[in-house]
Amino acid sequence: MNDNSLYKYILMLGDNAMILGHRLSELCGHGPSLETDIALTNISLDLFGQVRNYFQYAAEIKGADFDEDKIAFMRLEHDYRNTLLVEQKNTDFAFVIARQYFFDAYHILLLNELINSKNEQIAAIAAKSIKEVKYHRRFSSEWVKRLGDGTDVSREKMQNAVNYLFPYLNELTEETELEKEMKENGIGADLNKIRKIYFENIKALLTEATLKIPENIFSHSGGKKGVHSEHMGYILSNLQYMQRAYPNMTW
Amino acid sequence: MVIDKKIEDLLTDISDPEIPVLSIMDMGIVRDIEMDGNNVLIKITPTYSGCPAMDTIAMEIKIKLEQAGYKATVKNILSPAWTTDWITERGRRALEKYGIASPLEASLDKRALLDGERIVACPQCNSTNTKMVSQFGSTACKALFKCEDCYEPFDYFKCL
Repeated sequence: MNDNSLYKYILMLGDNAMILGHRLSELCGHGPSLETDIALTNISLDLFGQVRNYFQYAAEIKGADFDEDKIAFMRLEHDYRNTLLVEQKNTDFAFVIARQYFFDAYHILLLNELINSKNEQIAAIAAKSIKEVKYHRRFSSEWVKRLGDGTDVSREKMQNAVNYLFPYLNELTEETELEKEMKENGIGADLNKIRKIYFENIKALLTEATLKIPENIFSHSGGKKGVHSEHMGYILSNLQYMQRAYPNMTW
Repeated sequence: MVIDKKIEDLLTDISDPEIPVLSIMDMGIVRDIEMDGNNVLIKITPTYSGCPAMDTIAMEIKIKLEQAGYKATVKNILSPAWTTDWITERGRRALEKYGIASPLEASLDKRALLDGERIVACPQCNSTNTKMVSQFGSTACKALFKCEDCYEPFDYFKCL
């Protein structure tokens, strides 16, 4: 394993948190109630804190010319390695909650593996992050239950969101070459180990929320290899605007 | 951690800008201090990963120590991860006096936040007839509660 693989793997871990954090930040001031608005932006803030930890470390590996902002803002679309799930739109509150829960449920299992990484910095970031992510999952899973087992309208909206997002879940635990390499070096998570329990956990919660579990579904993937959905370009044009318009600007 | 008394006094003067009554020493975020003559290396750890106060705190440490004639370097460390158990007794009292309920022990915290058990005491009237309004409050480290006896809303410092 060389430093470049490690660098790419850290970016992959950070990109999921960054793009989901950005999606949640779009809701600032637009949540359905004050409490949910504050909760979603708090989660966004946690995710951005985690991203900074990953990217600061990645910049350290890369050397003198790199810093966290450059990594966050100056890459082209195909250099971002986040999964397709996290770039999906904030269609309505049910979508936001479903996307969040599907990610949180995966995120906890992933971090739980990374705590044992041979790489001390990754292990430290994971140990720090998992405490926060437990609060995220608590929030999102409670809402899945409340909306699923709620009124006819809330159940229908939640079911639509689940049906729409379910095809994006396989990608989370689909092992790429890079992830395989990192796993074999004792640094990365073993996604094959996570997969079964991930889907078991999700199915248990959806059942508790009186929701139907989609079957025989097509599976989307590509984000981890840099092939993104149409949403990604819009996200980046918004996210990168300042750095593209005024290169190297700082606060 | 053996702390130089002078440095400790200087650091006790610095507080989290979001909770001005709580000094960074009582908050437990100062993890280590190394001294080499006039050079001081201070290691701090964030409460939450995204805590926006960390940069301000690092800057204040540098200014404070420089004014006292030291040359300070501040290093951010992540491991071991900060826990609310590191808030000192004095810190907990300061929180309560300021109107923020201090963190319960982990298992009780879960019962309060997850099962809605009425065990968080209102910092105003001390009643435990309190209700959680939101798991996320004005900052990442707090949840929002309401007292149903004195009707005051208040923050609860979540267990981490």
